Amino acid sequence: MKRIEAVNDFVVKFANVNGSGSASANELFAKAILRMGVPVSPRNIFPSNIQGLPTWYEVRVSEKGWLGRRGGIDMMVAMNPQTWGQDVAEIEAGGYLFYDSTKPLPDNAFRDDITVIGMPVTAICNATYEDPRQRTLFKNIMVLGALSVLMEVDAGVIEKLFSEQYKGKERLLESNVRALHAGRSFATDHLKPPIGLRVKRADAVGRRIFVDGNSAAALGCVYGGATVCAWYPITPSSSLAEAFEKYCRKLRVDPDTGENRFAIVQAEDEIASIGIVTGAGWNGARAFTATSGPGVSLMTEFIGLAYFAEIPLTIIDVQRGGPSTGMPTRTQQGDLISSAYASHGDTKHVLLLPQDPTECFEHAAAALDLADRLQTPIFVMTDLDIGMNQRLCEPLAWDETRRYDRGKVMTAEELEAGRDFARYKDVDGDGIPWRTYPGTHPSEGAYFTRGTTRDAYARYSEAGPDYVYNVQRLLKKFDTAANLVPAPLVRAAAKKTRLGVIYFGSTAPAMDEALLALAGEGIHLDAMRLRAFPFPASVRDFVATHDHVFVVEQNRDAQMRTLLINELEIDPAWLIAVLHYDGTPITARFITDIITKHVHALAVAPRRERV
Amino acid sequence: MTYITKPRLHHPTLTKNKVGYTRRDYEGKVSTLCAGCGHDSISAAIVQACWELDIEPHRVAKLSGIGCSSKTPDYFLGASHGFNTVHGRMPSVLTGANLANRDLLYLGVSGDGDSASIGLGQFAHAMRRGVRMVYIVENNGVYGLTKGQFSATADRGSQAKKGAVNNESPVDLIGMALQLGATYVARGFSGDKAQLVPLIKGAIGHGGAAFLDVISPCVAFNNHAGSTRSYDHVRQHNEALNRIDFIALAPEIHAEPAAGETLDLPQYDGSVMRLRKLHADYDATDKLGAMNHLQVHQARGEVVTGLIYVDLKAGDLHRALNTSRTPLNALNEPELCPGSITLAKINASLR
Repeated sequence: MKRIEAVNDFVVKFANVNGSGSASANELFAKAILRMGVPVSPRNIFPSNIQGLPTWYEVRVSEKGWLGRRGGIDMMVAMNPQTWGQDVAEIEAGGYLFYDSTKPLPDNAFRDDITVIGMPVTAICNATYEDPRQRTLFKNIMVLGALSVLMEVDAGVIEKLFSEQYKGKERLLESNVRALHAGRSFATDHLKPPIGLRVKRADAVGRRIFVDGNSAAALGCVYGGATVCAWYPITPSSSLAEAFEKYCRKLRVDPDTGENRFAIVQAEDEIASIGIVTGAGWNGARAFTATSGPGVSLMTEFIGLAYFAEIPLTIIDVQRGGPSTGMPTRTQQGDLISSAYASHGDTKHVLLLPQDPTECFEHAAAALDLADRLQTPIFVMTDLDIGMNQRLCEPLAWDETRRYDRGKVMTAEELEAGRDFARYKDVDGDGIPWRTYPGTHPSEGAYFTRGTTRDAYARYSEAGPDYVYNVQRLLKKFDTAANLVPAPLVRAAAKKTRLGVIYFGSTAPAMDEALLALAGEGIHLDAMRLRAFPFPASVRDFVATHDHVFVVEQNRDAQMRTLLINELEIDPAWLIAVLHYDGTPITARFITDIITKHVHALAVAPRRERV
Repeated sequence: MTYITKPRLHHPTLTKNKVGYTRRDYEGKVSTLCAGCGHDSISAAIVQACWELDIEPHRVAKLSGIGCSSKTPDYFLGASHGFNTVHGRMPSVLTGANLANRDLLYLGVSGDGDSASIGLGQFAHAMRRGVRMVYIVENNGVYGLTKGQFSATADRGSQAKKGAVNNESPVDLIGMALQLGATYVARGFSGDKAQLVPLIKGAIGHGGAAFLDVISPCVAFNNHAGSTRSYDHVRQHNEALNRIDFIALAPEIHAEPAAGETLDLPQYDGSVMRLRKLHADYDATDKLGAMNHLQVHQARGEVVTGLIYVDLKAGDLHRALNTSRTPLNALNEPELCPGSITLAKINASLR
């Protein structure tokens, strides 16, 4: 048998039972490697359950810095008997299996093409600890200790992480360190370290930070000036609202009075959440809600009102697998169409498409500005993969000279000076009208906001020309939006090519890796990463200058491709769908395989004729 | 009712209130409701109450849902911002508006379809949350705009105009408001302006969630014999509890009333409102007693009106959330943005 030998480039997967306290030990493993200067990208794979069901934590170690899911497992830490069979089967040939050998297992439970490492962890813990809770918790730490010896992870780094985690809790610190070393001693004495998968100090992490997208988006809302947050718990977005509250309590309390410069309401449902956000936006506060697909479905009536009555608001949609309850703890990019065209009648909405936590921060803050500027709902379309996993990403940055763009708000002075106020009139040629905050002026600037049709002065009117003027102006405003949203980023292939690829959001790290792999096979693609909808002219140009463009996305129905075809009136034959939608994050291997197959097929087919 | 277009010019001798407005300045657009609609009387009562309380019209925000009642905010306080939201969802929009700017007065206008059917959830949760507002349900027991279907507040056994009998139990909004934590609960009748105006004034001055159920007969679809929401039926079965006599006693005035005849209500602005009791044994500060009284009289087919319950120590959502005294919509980068130095520290903690 040929053992897999790899330094700083492998995948370890922990198979655990939900609620067994494994999460923090697993995170320590990932963070320790990170502190050794080697990039990691961990992913929680968890069920919709609180306790008892299987859960996995997959850590990709990659000195080259590939942060997408790789696919394939080099080492399985199998701590869950329930999933033993599938866990053992998943290991790559030549890989490693680490397991709890307290209870002997029959020979046929193993494979002969992998290295099996047994450690009687339960027995050791039971002998060491009396308290059942300690037995479970320290079991995870002992495993961590053993792994650190087997893979040459620096024990000092782990101890430092302990001391940061248990600052001021000396007893906890000491007992964790003891468990760690108990695990290390056992491994040193009995497990013949090291194995073929090893971590070596490197300098590949740099200034980057390690954070989940929901926390970063919450910080973006704090920095972007959101003061009102209304939400209803729904996986995978709940931790975003909770992080917003946590950061506000630290960063948004008036130091003199102790009063809060924020208001957070956990509403009775998503309809009330979006209603509260609508009311706050109407009244001049920056407001947002965090939700997922089913929540957006419930909000659609209000989204239509906010679109038509032109109310600024921000919706952060942390997408999960749909439809219906679908796969609530798995990732997808499946809400694009339902968000882009949310509500009845003719509606279109701005979507921002962050690729990682750094962009979750930037796009959340940008959304608050865009909402005020465009006076309309802005969606930030993140997903479970970015939202709920810690990701290595660029540090968050804030330009001190940046000012909030509050958009076109007419002041009491302007009204007093006799400036004409027509709530729904295009006076600047960009489709964006002026608005007033309630209570601004005693006699000027008040109007009646409604979902019914009206004239340019906000007077109720069902006259056809008034209606047409208004909805055409909304279209013009949408065109204006295309040039205000984050622009797509283009990366040219190393060699001139007639092939292009369009991708967005959490697909980015897998795409980066796939592009390099494809180039290695002689397949060169110019790549465009979309960062928003509506599309600026550069997207049409990109498609027009390539014979074929792959559109890579994580849903069944090629929703982004549909938006491109629909909005840019592109011949569908030009756009080839590359679709991944089983609930796991897309991998470079998947993208490379599909694109390679298509390219080989295209090689024997005639080139697209321009008409 | 502002049924016929009135001239914009006001007679110079019209009386002005303390903030310099005539009563006409509180009017809105011409009503498009049916002649004789109870809702127009409620609009007139709102105009009267705001004028008498010297409230600047532009410091009021009017919010409503969908339905006949929800159209009325266009017909009063023309100088106020209004928001006609979606069906049954006025409470959430009002809540958000209130969070954004605590300095305005929030007037929520809804109907029985809007609040007791599609919006029952939002009605309930707004009461629970203690949003400072005047929440008026213009209750006619019928869907007017869609021409005469029963609403969820129609009494069991009451008859529709075309003869259908309602077999479903009515939603008791007053009972629910009491149970869910509203701190000012009253019922008025659109046909009794002398009672209604002070009830609205009391609600405006109240420091928490004020709920007013106003029986408002629908002259087009629910004013016939067999209806329990007709002018005649309500007049015959009205059981008034109390009268609010005069408003805004300055804080220093403490005239001693005869024991048991009056109740002084502290107002949001620090003044005091005085309630004259019609029944010396009815205590509007006793929630359990109020619930019991309502049930007893409802069982007799009587419509209890007046101030049913008030919590003299009411608080509101802002107090619960400890929000800043400066309205949230007036805060800017200096107060809201923690800055790049703090961000650098946050970055450091994430390595």
